[in-house]
Amino acid sequence: MSIDPRVVKDELIQIYPKKLRQKRSEQIVVTQKGEGGSVPEIKANVRTSPGIITQRGCTYAGCKGVVIGPSRDILSITHGPIGCAFYSWLTRRNQTRPATLEDPNYINYCLSTDMQEENIVFGGEKKLKAAIREAAQLFKPKAIALFSTCPVGLIGDDVHAVARELKEELGINIFGFSCEGYRGVSQSAGHHIANNGVFKNVVGLNETPHPEKFKVNVLGEYNIGGDGFVIEELLTRCGIKQISTFSGNSTYDTMANAHTADLNLIMCHRSINYVAEMMEKRFGIPWMKINFIGADATAKSLRRLGEYFEDDALKARIEEVIAEEQEKVSGIREAVKARCTGKTAMLFVGGSRAHHYQQLFKDIGMKVLAAGYEFGHRDDYEGRKVLPTVKVDADSKNIEEIDVVPDPVRFRPRRTAERIEQMEAMTEMEFRDYVGMMPEMDDDTLVIDDLSQHESDRLLEMYRPDIFCAGIKEKFGVQKMGIPCKQLHSYDYGGPYAGFRGAINFYKDIDRMVNMKYASFLTPPWAAQEKEAQQAAAD
Amino acid sequence: MLLRHTSSEVMERSALTINPAKTCQPIGAMYAALGLHNCLPHSHGSQGCCAYHRSTLTRHYKEPVMAATSSFTEGASVFGGQANLLQAITTIFGVYNPDVIAVHTTCLSETIGDDLVQIIAKARSEGKIPEGKHVIHCNTPSYQGSHVTGFASMTKAFVTYFADPQAEKTQAINIVPGWVEPSDMRELKALAKQMGVEVILYPDTSDVMDTPYTGKHDFYPKGGVTVERVQASGGSAATIGLGLSASSPAVEALQSKCAVPGTMLELPIGLQGTDRFIDTLHKLAGVEVPQEITDERGRLLDLISDMHQYVHGKRVALFGDPDQLVALTEFLTLLDMKPLYLVTGTPTPQFEARVRKALGGNTPEAKIKAGAQADMYLLHQWIKNEGVDLLIGNTYGKYIARDEDIPFLRFGFPILDRVGHSYFPSVGYKGAMRLVEKILSLFMDRQDRDALEERFELTM
Repeated sequence: MSIDPRVVKDELIQIYPKKLRQKRSEQIVVTQKGEGGSVPEIKANVRTSPGIITQRGCTYAGCKGVVIGPSRDILSITHGPIGCAFYSWLTRRNQTRPATLEDPNYINYCLSTDMQEENIVFGGEKKLKAAIREAAQLFKPKAIALFSTCPVGLIGDDVHAVARELKEELGINIFGFSCEGYRGVSQSAGHHIANNGVFKNVVGLNETPHPEKFKVNVLGEYNIGGDGFVIEELLTRCGIKQISTFSGNSTYDTMANAHTADLNLIMCHRSINYVAEMMEKRFGIPWMKINFIGADATAKSLRRLGEYFEDDALKARIEEVIAEEQEKVSGIREAVKARCTGKTAMLFVGGSRAHHYQQLFKDIGMKVLAAGYEFGHRDDYEGRKVLPTVKVDADSKNIEEIDVVPDPVRFRPRRTAERIEQMEAMTEMEFRDYVGMMPEMDDDTLVIDDLSQHESDRLLEMYRPDIFCAGIKEKFGVQKMGIPCKQLHSYDYGGPYAGFRGAINFYKDIDRMVNMKYASFLTPPWAAQEKEAQQAAAD
Repeated sequence: MLLRHTSSEVMERSALTINPAKTCQPIGAMYAALGLHNCLPHSHGSQGCCAYHRSTLTRHYKEPVMAATSSFTEGASVFGGQANLLQAITTIFGVYNPDVIAVHTTCLSETIGDDLVQIIAKARSEGKIPEGKHVIHCNTPSYQGSHVTGFASMTKAFVTYFADPQAEKTQAINIVPGWVEPSDMRELKALAKQMGVEVILYPDTSDVMDTPYTGKHDFYPKGGVTVERVQASGGSAATIGLGLSASSPAVEALQSKCAVPGTMLELPIGLQGTDRFIDTLHKLAGVEVPQEITDERGRLLDLISDMHQYVHGKRVALFGDPDQLVALTEFLTLLDMKPLYLVTGTPTPQFEARVRKALGGNTPEAKIKAGAQADMYLLHQWIKNEGVDLLIGNTYGKYIARDEDIPFLRFGFPILDRVGHSYFPSVGYKGAMRLVEKILSLFMDRQDRDALEERFELTM
């Protein structure tokens, strides 16, 4: 590609007013690895300027929509006017599979207090309480979660007090989330609030023991398109017990039981790292960043589990599973690679997917030209090593940081500090770490945080990549340009994309998209003839 | 079972809404604003509102939906959103360069009490609105009305901001089409053209929400009514408003501001609705109805007469928006079908009276509910008590349809899992024929699926 990314960067931001231009210039970085693999600093997790057409959503979306929503038997009640509940109703494709027809499953229900003007003027707590009582009577849930929307915080309804009162009255677990949409700069604030709430109100309440030798939680896996099913199936085949996910296909009981695991695996670092850290401090469970997106990445992640549990039989089983699966993958990968090599991709989505999916493109010989997160932080780009230098601004300060101390009874370090250090030295394993997106990107590619519609349109005009990955709001504008757009939130209603089976699905989907025929029919024959005639006349 | 916790025992609820048959005002305002040429809708509130509305509209249309947001954070929520909106106006005109920014409020900015009139005046006095450009607004607190009233409010804002009482008097007829699809707006214009009537139709999302694949992303597609046309609508001979809930405010505003006499009709969905629309156009414009249109009407009736046996007596449950439900009720009744259960979450004072009128004394046992707790959960409970043969509503109905094994006609907003609504109209005689065809296919597919082998029919 002969395009100079530095020129592109200038081109993207020149239209902005001065202050905005300055800010955006710090959020757009040309990758260049320095000494010891260092990467340039990027500005992230900062406000989107008003008037900018952004991909981002709100705190409520991150809390209810992303983290808590996927759990099927926590009954979610949205406290607010109707819209927020409506828009977060089944739109994220969190698959769930109750074991029997009798098991509770609230995922297809949308519950709201549908606040009206009088509730705004006179307060909505009374209506919220009545709604909880009605919900408890109709659904008989074990747990109810309450989610605050924008006006709730402003009028001063106290969802936590209501939760305490009704918990007492009804004898079931009820907890609230102050996830008003305006609280953060993106969904990210909502993830943090959800992590805090789940940790405080759910984790550790179920002591059911498990006889299995190897027990893990998979955190930050929401079972979109069935990814979580694939991962659990792989773990099971290897002989590893998955206690809970946070939170795809999870239940209240599995999350409450999560502290009985011996290792936390982190898929989406951005949305879930908080609860992993808190569980380590309180219960002594180490956490490890893994990645089940991509066949090789999946193999590597599984091998790390073998190393962690230090069990030869487990290691052998893992190798068997990997060998079996890789054989299925390799033929298809080679065939797809032959058709896709040299093609180009861009990924602008989420807080982990824009990183994870780069591997899948590399697997089939495609080059990533540019990438960025919608709501990532600096550590998601540059790695957690920058955490001590990240400035905490006013928008992050208003989110509670829970002071966690070891549980007097249940704190049990699964590995000693020395053993963890030894493991890190001897293997490729890193605990409590995430290297971030940028160290794994080629030099002279573009990394753009919180990509705007204007930047996206210009980027596509200049580079014309073979595929663009983003979300539903971006998809059809991209496709009008003749460039296929893969949704990486909803997978275009396909998937799963995780694990070996998922990699095959992804390779096939990308093959289909970058080699489609319809875009070559853009020009009707009469227009082509006219163009030819003009060309002939000019010659 | 997808909705395994829905029981047939109906319990009176006072506070909890379950599976709503409505959403909030701002999305309607955004959809209406897309029907104005070179206009960028703007959501004055948190980012999430804008993201949710764009996502939902995009899933429904499979088209890019461009809209900006004031991106409120905690500070704006405490100190008010004026600074955010002023900055947004500057940025939008500088970066996205629309002719009009159409601002709608949200529950957040309304609870704070932001005064949009004052903020826009300030933007103008500070020179933030370039010459010849416009910022318009409507108030759409999510704790009032529904998406339908939000649509109505933005449509009215077109009138209050642009319709010119001094405009040159013309023979044109204004059509306020209500919340219908781009295909419907296109069809209404085509019918008027066929009749030789010059119309000004707004909002007009045709050529905005149904644009061709061109190899280019047109930020502002060629469709949408222009500001000049809305200005000129102040001098039109008359206005026809379609759909009492979605169109009355704009039609009344045109009448009081510009003295353009308005006629309100129910939506022209089905035979009678279309009859009234064509007849009103014929009378107001003083034109003859061309034979082609009369023939089209005849073909619709012919289709109904051919296939009447398959629809007669069928029991129907419907949910959705008041204007659509009223029009559908009237048409289903003509087909000798029985619209039995109807809910709309949109608070609609005259809803039951309008539906009863549409029923014309038929199906007196029909259960009708609008507003609070008129939700899909209640509708499902009614269905569980006494089954129906057909369910009509937006995509969320598929969960009820699958659990109860009922044929399901997707109609209304949003339709997230099928295409066609943006391309093929449901208004006019042709639209009615399409509806009949779809309903017939549902019943006949069901008969083919369920028939005993010896009763499997070749000809139907």
